[in-house]
Amino acid sequence: MKRFLLPLAIFAVVVGFLGIGLTLNPREVPSPLVGKPAPEFALPQLYDPRQVLSLKDLNGQVWLLNFWASWCSGCKDEHPVLMQLAKTGEVPIYGMDYKDQSEEAVAWLRKWGNPYHVIAVDEAGRVGINYGVYGVPETYVIDKAGVIRYKQIGPLDENILQKKILPLVRELQKL
Amino acid sequence: MKRLILALLLIPCLVSAEEAKPLAENPQAEARLKSLALELRCLVCQNQTLADSNAPLAEDLRREVREMIAKNMSDQEIIDFLVSRYGDFVRYRPPLKATTTFLWLGPFLLLVVGGIVLAVALHRRSKKLTDPALSAEDHRTVEQLLSEGSKRT
Repeated sequence: MKRFLLPLAIFAVVVGFLGIGLTLNPREVPSPLVGKPAPEFALPQLYDPRQVLSLKDLNGQVWLLNFWASWCSGCKDEHPVLMQLAKTGEVPIYGMDYKDQSEEAVAWLRKWGNPYHVIAVDEAGRVGINYGVYGVPETYVIDKAGVIRYKQIGPLDENILQKKILPLVRELQKL
Repeated sequence: MKRLILALLLIPCLVSAEEAKPLAENPQAEARLKSLALELRCLVCQNQTLADSNAPLAEDLRREVREMIAKNMSDQEIIDFLVSRYGDFVRYRPPLKATTTFLWLGPFLLLVVGGIVLAVALHRRSKKLTDPALSAEDHRTVEQLLSEGSKRT
């Protein structure tokens, strides 16, 4: 009986590690940008390409920056959550149309609704690279001083919104 | 005839050499891009390097790296550019830091533990395998049994 004890213990440890491994999401790579100033950008707006949306226009408020695209299926999944949030008006959401075609993006928004204050177009994906985007949708919480406070990789859901993003936004708005 | 077939067989090679043309424009820069891209991870398909991956992001990043090479940035500067955006995860050889100690030392730790287990197991087995001391009487019994056996056959 005793001779099975050691293999059993090793087995238990391995199962423990694998079990923890299963609960982790390998796509959630910690971003080095959290706590750093949001990278500058100045890009044409989706609905009026002659107008530019730049980072400077957005300072002085707490806001969300949401990278999305009409080709991205995860964006469709999180879209109702964004629509709901936009309705409450608690925090402005700015959209970044990432590597997309403007006509398709407009059609997508017409179909599903537009939760964004303003949408900028990052056609070449360069701003995305500066923000360390590697899988849309990604959402950033940016504070009044223009510092990134949180990065959500992948679709937002009600749980993340209520437990992480909104409490953080409320706290940052008080500052 | 044989030559003709050989020539025909070589056509695809010529065609593929044609396709690779942009790479040949500045062979030095492309060689640098290649060696850098092999050190960098594509974050979309996480187990591929930037050189292997066909993901749109990998294409964009290769373009970005190509431009940085054109701007005469050093390899270290280019890697720092990517690490500041995507974190150490973008490197296939992450630096030795507090958070990566286990990653770097883990295999050696396992090797040491494995070595100890092996040594202990061998030591125990060698103890079991020691020849039992046989008395003169034991030898006589064996002789007797063996001779009895040979008589029966």
